[in-house]
This record gives sequence, C-alpha cells and structure tokens, in this order.
Amino acid sequence: MLESIELKIRDVLRDHGRLNQDIEHIDMQTDLYKSGMTSHASVNVMLALEGVFDIEFPDNFLKRSVFGSIDSIRRAVTELHAVS
Amino acid sequence: MHQQSVPILDLLRRRVTLEQAFSGLCVGFDLVQISQIEASLQAFGDAFKKRLFTQDELIYANCDEGQCAQRLAARFAAKEALIKALQLSEVGVDWRNIEVIKQPDGDCHLQLHGGVAELALSMGAMQWLLSMSHDGDYAGAVVMALGFTPHRKIIELSKKVKNVGIH
Repeated sequence: MLESIELKIRDVLRDHGRLNQDIEHIDMQTDLYKSGMTSHASVNVMLALEGVFDIEFPDNFLKRSVFGSIDSIRRAVTELHAVS
Repeated sequence: MHQQSVPILDLLRRRVTLEQAFSGLCVGFDLVQISQIEASLQAFGDAFKKRLFTQDELIYANCDEGQCAQRLAARFAAKEALIKALQLSEVGVDWRNIEVIKQPDGDCHLQLHGGVAELALSMGAMQWLLSMSHDGDYAGAVVMALGFTPHRKIIELSKKVKNVGIH
C-alpha cells in the first residue's frame, strides 16, 4: 500500500514537479525545493495529487514543508486518504 | 516612577538600531514563468483557476483575449510575494484570501481576506504595497508590508533600552 502511494507520488512529481534531476535519483527525504521545484510547480503537484488520490488538501496542509519531500507528501496523502 | 508608552521616534533617539525599530518592514518577491501558468491552465483548467484566484481576478484576467495567462501569472507572483513578505509559507493559507484589486486608474493593490487578513493584522502589518510587472515569458511581483511595530515588540525594545541604561 505504502509502496503504491510512493510510486504514484513519484509519477506526479515526474510529470508536474519540474525537478532538475530524474525522479529515480530522488530519495524519500530529498528536499524537492532544492531539487528545482518552484512554488508554482508545488501547486501543480498538489492539484495532480488531489486527482490521483481523490483527496483535497485543506488550507492547513498548504505549507511548504508538506510538499518538501516524497516522505512528507506521503504522510499528508496517507492522512487525508484516511479521513476522506 | 511611572510607566509610559515608547514611540518609535523615541526609541530611535535612544539609539535603538533601525533594524530593531523597523522590524515590521518586510519585503517579498516572486517570479513566475507565464508559459508554465498557461500549461497549468491547460492541465488543470478550472481546478487551477478556482483554487488560486478570486472571481473578480478571473473576470479581469479573461476580459481581454490572450491576456489570461499573463495576468494570472502576475497575480500568482503577487500572492507568493505576500506569503514571502509575511513569512506565511509554514502557516498554510488560502491563496484566494490574497486578492489583487485592479483600480480604475490602472494601479493594482492587495486586499487581504479571512485568515490571511487576521494573520497580517496580528503581525502588526497595517499596509502592503504591491508592484507587478511582466516582460516576455516572465511575470514578477514585489510586495512590501509596512507595519507599526507590534506592541509585543515595543515592550521588548523598551526593556532593551532600560537594560543599556540610556537616559
């Protein structure tokens, strides 16, 4: 289950994250902003994640740290998926 | 000995540094690639528009053909610039609570709503200045937040003045 979530997140980041390196070279804790993701790209990532996981990020999740790494995104998606 | 308020100019006369006295002055800047906004509009359509922009911002952006992405890019930059100026990136805010208002004379200014307005007020930010521009494929915005030093800060500075024994 967790691996499946991670793979989907990686797909979203590949398509919308505008990262400056291959997603295969990004580990769970890598800082995505330091890897080229802009604030605008993080909005695209958020919207794509909402579509893929059928969730909605509430205002209090719209923080830089939530989208800072694959691990932090996975935690947010898991939490939102559990309550939806 | 009685307590009294310590106005900013009085603090300056007491050699409090400019950085301390004007700690409520904050600047934020953001730069956005217009073609990337266009790509977002194509990829996410209304979800992108409605998540980020107010109804009036969308009406203005769509009022002239071919201007939509450029105008939305500048407005997105303005929202991000304010978030940077007030250091709200770890607070979590609704972008629609930060609105760019186009005035009849052509100037634009920021109007804050809801939770963002309350946060700005609680931080002592009483006025925010906005400048937006675009050239080629880029749009940028600068926001300067001006504020009276919050009461809490005044108290802190007052204590510092007393501690260094300046009379």
